[in-house]
Amino acid sequence: MIQRTHIKPGYLAALLHRLAGIALAVFLPIHFLALASALNGADALDEFLNVVNTPILKIAECGIVVALALHLSLGLRVLAIEFIPAREPTRIAVTLCLAVAIAVGLMFMLNVG
Amino acid sequence: MALSQDLLHVEVWRGAAEGSFQSFDVPRREHQTVLDVVTEIQREQDATLAYRFACRVGMCGSCAMVVNGRPRWTCRTRVSEAVGRKGRLRLEPLKNFTVVKDLAVEMTGFFDKWRDAKGHFEPRKAWQDVSQRDFAVVPPASPERQAADAGIECIGCGVCYSACDVVAWDKTYLGPAALNRAWTLVNDVRDNARAARLHAVSGSTGCHACHSHMNCTEFCPKAISPTYSIAGLKRAMLSRALGRRS
Amino acid sequence: MTAVLFAAQRISALALAFAVCVHLTTILYAVRAGLTAGAILERTRENVWFLAFYAVFVLAIAIHAPIGLRNIVREWTMWRGRSLDVALALFAIVLLLLGMRAALAVYLPIFREPS
Repeated sequence: MIQRTHIKPGYLAALLHRLAGIALAVFLPIHFLALASALNGADALDEFLNVVNTPILKIAECGIVVALALHLSLGLRVLAIEFIPAREPTRIAVTLCLAVAIAVGLMFMLNVG
Repeated sequence: MALSQDLLHVEVWRGAAEGSFQSFDVPRREHQTVLDVVTEIQREQDATLAYRFACRVGMCGSCAMVVNGRPRWTCRTRVSEAVGRKGRLRLEPLKNFTVVKDLAVEMTGFFDKWRDAKGHFEPRKAWQDVSQRDFAVVPPASPERQAADAGIECIGCGVCYSACDVVAWDKTYLGPAALNRAWTLVNDVRDNARAARLHAVSGSTGCHACHSHMNCTEFCPKAISPTYSIAGLKRAMLSRALGRRS
Repeated sequence: MTAVLFAAQRISALALAFAVCVHLTTILYAVRAGLTAGAILERTRENVWFLAFYAVFVLAIAIHAPIGLRNIVREWTMWRGRSLDVALALFAIVLLLLGMRAALAVYLPIFREPS
C-alpha cells in the first residue's frame, strides 16, 4: 500500500529524480563502451547501432533520453530550492519539470526511426 | 447533538510496536474534530485507550497523530475533512517514533536530536564589558531576523519528523524540526555558538541528508518550511567549506 | 554526506546542467537530420573543441554519479562505511576511464582500419 505521505508532488519528484539517476548510472558505462567501438572505425559503430535498432531498444533509448531530461529538470528544481530562498509552488514546479522531460522525449521519438 | 443515527467507523491502533487495530463506532456530530472522537472513545467506550492532548485549541501540538495516513493535529482536524469516501477514520501513532502505548509516542529521541543539533541559544559572555550590557538591537526587518522568524514558531509537535522519509530511512538523521531550529539560531545575531552549531548539523546525519521531498513543509501545521531552513543550512555549510563565512 | 561531497555534487551538477543541454540539443539535431555514424564521426574526428567539451562532461559525470549513488545505497540498503566509499571511488574511476576512452574513440583518427 502506498503511504499517504507519498502521494505528494514533492515525494514524486524526489522519487523520479532518484530512479532516473539510477537508470542513467547503469546506462552510462554501456554508452561509453558502445561509443568506444568507433575505435575500430565508423563501420564498427554503425554495426553496433544496427544491433540495437530493435523496437524494444529504441523504446529503451527514448526512455533514457526522458530520464536524462527528467533528472536534469528535477535537479534544477533541487538547486532552486537550495539556493533561491523564495518558496516554490511545488505542484506547478514539478508539473513543469515533468512537462519539459516529456517534451524532450517526444521530440526524440518523433525524429528517430 | 448527534445527527440522526449516523455512526462513524473508527479504527484505532492498540498496542505498541506490535499490536493491532481496534474498531469503534462513534456517533457523528456536527463540527466534531478527530480529538473529540478519540476523547469520546476513551471516556465512553474504552478507558484503557492511551492518547495525548492538552490545549485542544491548536497551540501545543500534543495531540499530533497519524489520521488516515497523514500526520496532523487531531484538535485541528475536522472529521468531515479527514474521512475518506468510505467515511472511515484510521488513527495511528506518529510514524518514526517509538510507540509507548496506543496513540502515545516517546518524544525523548526527538528532543535529543534537538539538543544534538545544538538547537538552543548560547549567549555571549560579554556581561563583564559594561559597553556590551545594553540590549542587542536586532532590526525586525533584517534578513537574518526574517529568516529566523520564518521558522521560529515551531512548537516541537513532531508532525514533520513523522512525515519525513529520510528519518524513516535513516534513524540517525537529525530531522526537520531540529535542523529548522538550528537554522533559526544560526540567524540569531546575538548567538555565540555558530561554528559549533554548523559543525553539529554537518555530516551524514545533518542537513545534507535532506533531499527536499518537502513532506515536512507539506504537513507542518504552523506553515513552517523546514525544507527551506535546511536549504539555508546547506548554503551556510557550502560557504564554510569554500572558505568564506556566509 | 559531508560538506565537501555536497559541494562537489552541486558544482558538478551545474557543469552537467550546461553540458546536458548541449548534448541533448546535438543528439536531437543528429537524430532529426538522420545522421549516420559516419556523418557524426566526420564532425567529431580531430575536433579539439569536441574533445574538450566531452572531457569536462565525463569528469563531471565521474564526480556526480558516484556521490548520488552513495546517498541511494546508504538510504535504501544496509551498505555503508568505508567499503562503500571505496567501491564508489572505483566506479568513479571506471566512468572516467571508459568515458575518456569513448571521447577519444570519436576524436582520434582511426588507427585500425577494418580488414
